[in-house]
Parts: sequence; C-alpha cells; structure tokens
Amino acid sequence: MSEVSRRKLFAGFVAVPFLGALAAHGEETGTRTSSTVAPAHTFAPPLPGREVMRRRYFPNVELVTHTGKKVKFYDDVLKDKIVILNMMYADCEGVCPTITANLKHVQKILHEQINHEIFIYSMTVKPEQDTPAKLKEYAKMHGINDKYWTFLTGKPEEVDMLRHLTGFADPNPEIDKDKARHSGMIRYGNEPMALWGTCQGSGEPEWMAQEIGFAIPRKFKKHPAINE
Amino acid sequence: MYFNANGEKVSRARWKEMYNAFKNRQELVKAGLTSRRDLMKMGLLTGAGMLIAKKGLSSRAWADTWGSGSNCYSGSSGCGNCASPTTRPWVMNMPIPPVKQPIALSALTGPAPTIAPNNAINPATGIAYEGRTRAHQSPIGSNGNLPFPAATVYQVSQQVANVSMSPDLPMQRLWTFDGMSPGSTYVSHYGTPILIRNYNNLPSDNGGFGINSVSTHLHNAHSPSESDGFPCDYFASGQYYDQYYPNQLAGFLSDHVSTNGDINEALSTLWYHDHREGFTAQNVYKGLVGHYILFNNYDTGDETTGFRLPSFPTYDIPMMFADRCFDATTGDLVFDTFNTDGILGDKFLVNGVIQPVLHVSPRRYRFRWINTGPSRFVQLYLTDLNSLTTSQPFWQISNDGNLLPKPIQVPAVALGVAERADVVIDFSKYAGKTIYLENRLLQPNGQGGTTGSVSSPGQGFLMLKIVVDQPAAQDNSVDPATLPSYYVLPSVSGTPRVSRTFNFDQGRNGQWTINGSLFSCTTARFTVQQNSLEQWYLDNGWNWSHPIHVHMEEHQVTQGAPGLYGSSNDDSWDYSRYSSQYCWSGCTSNSPTGVNLARKDTVRLVPKANATIRMRFRDWLGRYVMHCHNVIHEDHAMMLRFDVGTTGDTKTNP
Repeated sequence: MSEVSRRKLFAGFVAVPFLGALAAHGEETGTRTSSTVAPAHTFAPPLPGREVMRRRYFPNVELVTHTGKKVKFYDDVLKDKIVILNMMYADCEGVCPTITANLKHVQKILHEQINHEIFIYSMTVKPEQDTPAKLKEYAKMHGINDKYWTFLTGKPEEVDMLRHLTGFADPNPEIDKDKARHSGMIRYGNEPMALWGTCQGSGEPEWMAQEIGFAIPRKFKKHPAINE
Repeated sequence: MYFNANGEKVSRARWKEMYNAFKNRQELVKAGLTSRRDLMKMGLLTGAGMLIAKKGLSSRAWADTWGSGSNCYSGSSGCGNCASPTTRPWVMNMPIPPVKQPIALSALTGPAPTIAPNNAINPATGIAYEGRTRAHQSPIGSNGNLPFPAATVYQVSQQVANVSMSPDLPMQRLWTFDGMSPGSTYVSHYGTPILIRNYNNLPSDNGGFGINSVSTHLHNAHSPSESDGFPCDYFASGQYYDQYYPNQLAGFLSDHVSTNGDINEALSTLWYHDHREGFTAQNVYKGLVGHYILFNNYDTGDETTGFRLPSFPTYDIPMMFADRCFDATTGDLVFDTFNTDGILGDKFLVNGVIQPVLHVSPRRYRFRWINTGPSRFVQLYLTDLNSLTTSQPFWQISNDGNLLPKPIQVPAVALGVAERADVVIDFSKYAGKTIYLENRLLQPNGQGGTTGSVSSPGQGFLMLKIVVDQPAAQDNSVDPATLPSYYVLPSVSGTPRVSRTFNFDQGRNGQWTINGSLFSCTTARFTVQQNSLEQWYLDNGWNWSHPIHVHMEEHQVTQGAPGLYGSSNDDSWDYSRYSSQYCWSGCTSNSPTGVNLARKDTVRLVPKANATIRMRFRDWLGRYVMHCHNVIHEDHAMMLRFDVGTTGDTKTNP
C-alpha cells in the first residue's frame, strides 16, 4: 500500500456519528466561556498531534539497519507507519529472547488478522558493540528475515538519546547503566494518528497482538476474543 | 506567582531558568542532533560520549532523587522539568458541574435497551450498535428491586470539546462528557437503579494523545461486572454501552437480604472515569472524569433531615483535584507519552480550572474532595495567609466513599490518587476573610516515592481561594463538634476463607508488576468465592508509592493504614524497616477515633510499606480488577484481573 493511500485510509476512519438528538451537540462546543480578562500570552497555533509527537520525541537522527542501510529515525523509521519499537542487544540472554520470540508470534497474528503492514524496529542498547553485522547475525539466529522487521544501531550518544526520549530508560541511573536490565516494555504506535501505547514485551503474545491491533483503527467487525 | 513541578513557589528568575530549559529541550529535539559535533558544540556530551543534562537543558533533573542528572530525557514533563506558561490565579470561578438530568426511555438515541448486548450491526457505522459483550446478569430484570430497563434513564455522549482551564491559556481540546470536563454530576438515591446509555462519539484525531475507545468505570460502586467499566470492556467510537447501576446497598442479595442490604455500607462520594486498558492515563488526563453522588434516607442531601449534613447542591460541593502541564509555546496540554514512572504537572486544577475562586457564605459547607491524579499525592490544609501560624482544623466526615462512624477533627487530609474525603468546614469563623486550600505535600517526582516532606504553611501550593463574602445564610446542619453518629463499622472479624499476599514491585526490566506478573485481560489470576471473607496482604516492594484500588467491594484496613505525611512518627527515611512489619505513621490512626477506621476502596502504600485488608465480594459475579491508581503504573501493567465465582480458589500468592 502506498503511503498516500494509507494516509487516506487513516483519515477516512472517522466513526460515523449516529443521528439523533445528541448530534446537535456538534463536535467542538465549548462549555465554559473564558473569563473576560485579557490573556497574558500570545501562543503559537496548535500543532497536529503527530507534529506534537515528532517535535517532542522523534528527532530525525541517522541510524544504521542490520543490513547496513542508513535510515533517518523519523523520516524512514516512523513516518506514516504503524510500528512496534523495542530494545535489545545481540548478546542478551535475559529478557531479549523472550521478547523476540513473542514479537514473532505477535507479528504472525497481526499479519493474519489485520490487513496492514506493521513494522517492527528493534534498537540495540549497546550500539558501541552491536554492529550491523552482529545484528544481522542475531536476526538470522532468530529466523527473522522479512522487510517488516528491522534491527537498528547508530552512534552511541544518539541511540542513547532516542532510548531516553522514547521512555526506555530507567530513572535510577544505577539500574539504567546495567544493560541486562534494559526496559522490557514495547512501544507501539500509529504515527499518522499520533496514537502511542505501551505493552509488556514478556506478556502473552495473543494479548499483545490484540492490544496492538485495537490501537490500529479498523472496522471493528471482529471484536477482540476476550469479549466474546 | 511562579511554581515548579513540586508545587513549590520559585522566584521569577528560577522560573525563567526552567522555562529556558524547557525551550532548550524543544530546540534540542527539533534540531535533530545529527552529529557528535553538534552535541559537543551544544555542550551535551561528556568525555565518555554519553549525554549529560547540563544546566539550561534540564533545570530539575533526577538529581533530586537519584543523585544523578544524566537521565532527563523522558519528555517534556518528565524529570520534574515541566514549565507551563504563567497563569494568573484566582481569575475564574470554580466551576460546579451541573446535575445530570434523566430523560424518558423513549428519548434514548438508537434501539431500546436490551438485557443481552445489542450486537446487531448499525448500518450507519457498519459495527455493532452496542459495545457491551455480556448480558446484564440476573437478577437485573428478574428482581423487584432491579427492573429492566431502569425507571431512571440517562444518555451521555463522550465527545471532543474546547474547554477553558485558564484565561491565560488557549481553549483546550479535551475528551469530555457532553462537552464538559469534569462531566455532569450524577445524583443518585439508594434503591433507585439507573441505566446510562453511554455513547462514544470521540474522533480519531487525538491531538497527540488519547484514544477514542473507552470503558467508563464508576469508581467505588457495587456494580455488576458488565457495568463496572472493566478495563477490557472498551468500546469503539460510534457505539454505545448501556451501563446499569443498581444503586443497592452491599449485601442485598447475600448477607443482608431482609433489610435490602446493609445501611452501614452506604456510599456517598463516588466518581466516574475512563478505564480503557493501556490508555487510562491518557484518557483521564484528557478529561474523562466526573462526579457521582449517592444519597439515602440518612445522608439525604437536605440539612433538615437524616444526618442533617449541609444541603446539596448549595452547601454540598464536589471538588476534583488534578495537576497538569502545558506546552510553553502553544499553551496546549502536554501529556508525557513515554513516561512510565508517573507524571507531575505544575498547574493545579479544581473542577477543571487552574487555581479558581469560590465564594461562600459564613456557615457550614460539605466539600467532597477527590484526588484524580494522574500521579500526585496531596495533603490539603486550610491556610489563612494573614495568620500562618494558626492551625485551621476542620472536620473530616468520610474516607473514600463512606461516612465515618463519627466526624473527626483533623489538621489536614492526605489523599493518594483516587482517594476521597468529605469534609465539613464552618466558614462562620472566617466571615469576611479569604482562606486558601493548600497542598503542602512536596513530591519530587511521579513515582511518589520518598515523599513525606511537608512544607510550612503558605509555602505549599495554593489550589483554591475561598472568599467568605456571601450573605449570611441560615444553617440547619448539625455541628460536627457535637459528634453525631453516622454509620457503624461492620465487623470483619472471623477467620478468612483465604489469605492472599500481593507484592507490588518493579520487574527487573522496568515493568510494573503484582507478584511478578503483568496484567492480562484474558487471565483471571485467582477466583474469589462469592460472599466469603478474604484477607489480602498488600506489600510494597520498593521505593515507590502505590495507591491500590480494588473494584466492586470495599475493604477495611486492619493493619498499616497510612496517616498524615510528616507526622511525628513518620519514619519514611528509615529504609532498614524493609520487609519488616511496618506502620506508616498510622499505627495510632487505626484507633477508634482515627479516620482510617473506615471502609475504603483505595489504600495508599507508601514506600516499602504494607497493609492488610479484609472484605467480602458479594451479590455479583464476574471479572474485576485490582490495580495501582497511579494511572501511569496501572497502564504499564500493575493491575490484575480476579473473578468472583460461586466457588473460589485458595491461591495464596496469585
């Protein structure tokens, strides 16, 4: 699917409001009139949600994929995509193999149940030792070989900044510097819709897929299994 | 006046520094930082090649709690470096949300309510009319107390609206109930069930945070599972969800059938809020909250009858407290999406407005205080700025949703997120004066950890200005100093059928866990046997605070109930107590005169503390949750599903 048509699709998903008394409320009705006091500031106009997110969290730093390709974090990794982000490192023997295996399962479920391209990005927390070649080896070891799953490394300070910005750092520096204790959460997001959530990488894959799937607007023809 | 994210007053120079730090961070992100040279140029690299948080980038880093400033990259309000634009206090009046009005059954939009979920496809949306997936459980419709549909019917629309929080900020585009945040106040009466048709009309354009699928929880209510707002019962935009609130006293189908429930378990102050799994913090922060008040033949809302508490609505006023952060450039509400520790704002709201004013008459008022978070704990005092050394005691009459056995005179009220207190304040002694409601609890960060530091009078955060300038008014309410009796605390003595232990902790890889496990909608971690006595030991494993909320039934805290922060036996600094039986400055507040001798739905676990609670889950069956009500922790899996069944298990560490 081209980026343009995908974007259109997202924009097109606006629930049709039901007809009747409540429709008269309109969408943007205010309830409290502002005070008559003159405002103290002049503000820049509001930004679209995705722009808020981009400015706050997604600097366009250059990264390198496990195939050696140079990519920009915003332009190439996130923009116009539905993504899953997680942290790992090649030698990790702790939570990484579990999360990688879980994500494989999640990817399968999502691809089978949802007609969308969902991109998984696994970024190393040890960029100083995880070269593209090493990441490629890790991918091969886990049987990952598809265009929807990319491993990322880059300049240590920039990777570290991204790790902090996307909330994969621990507030306790003592814990944070122990890379074996890197965050086991995974972020998922629908970049054009500015919809970002978190779930636990070591959770049940069926549930993770459902949670991620629900954040991807689609026609709710199939209600999640939990509720059936 | 300038404040930092701790609610401390700061000088203009200090605020400028914070503001610049905020702007610099924005610049840093905008700049994209494409090379090491750029970073060096900006002075952001250490010799080792790691980023540093230099002054002017993060003016208030984690250094305050963790002794290092190198971790302050967790968004605009993380690390306590929120620096909202200045706002003038005491300009807007405190909004009092209108009382929600019922409509005729025939006036409901869409098909008539059904006991089974209406799964028919709505041709206008292409999806099912109703998002509910489980039938209203018997006896709804089969019991004289619970007719279906209920005689009292409401319809509410969750929709986006522009709302003013301060004249100095642009209108905020919020998620609202009927265009308001907080939404309308539901006023219900015991014995009168209601049905609310809850429409989701939220747009997919979220402006940066929030999701347009919702599950509305009536906090503290004795609700059947399918109407509880179970986190995984979320429904889509374009759908409705019929929620049936029985408004029956607990025990009405079990241990108090003959009296239609136990009057001693009557609730008074509840609130409703979104509980969408994984997105509760975003949606609540975005506005989905409101008041729900329950009256009965004793707590009548009329000061000439029953307990004679100040009359609703003129002298009985609900107040929701919240803190928020705003973008310095656009003035728009900021949510720190990738912060999983807890979010603090530097602006304090009462009923949706920053630092509002309330004008009152010189007489007694009942205020219903609710802390809606998302992550902040408060300790509220009355402050006379012209007489700072004088203590201003008032009467606390409830703890969470329940009236206490008797009113208790207190110097302050401490509230974790979701905790509530009804208070009676006699403003006759303040006639002609101005009194402030002040939060004096200093909180270093969203964790809520290692709190306990209480500022001096007048040095905390002034939240509400109360001007006693209205005409004198007759006061028929009872003086709390005469110590009237309200309810008798029901017994929780006896041998519990099962004692369970729950450890609230952070996993090795940053996850919030209960007994080491993460939340899953599909897995009931244990099953409670309906109507039996349960004892739960809640243990806080680490240096964070967790307000723990249990759905459907209330509990009594038999050990470890927290008292006021900063009291003389506050030993929050003493970490040697770890894993020992510990009683956070509350050892004496369990005495018969303490406010903790109460039925509660949320118990505050302060760092490394523990508490024991007892309760019976009665009348209803199905799935419920227990979770941390720091909604950031809740969304990051510090929650568990338990089921109530006709037979239960005896898992002790589920």
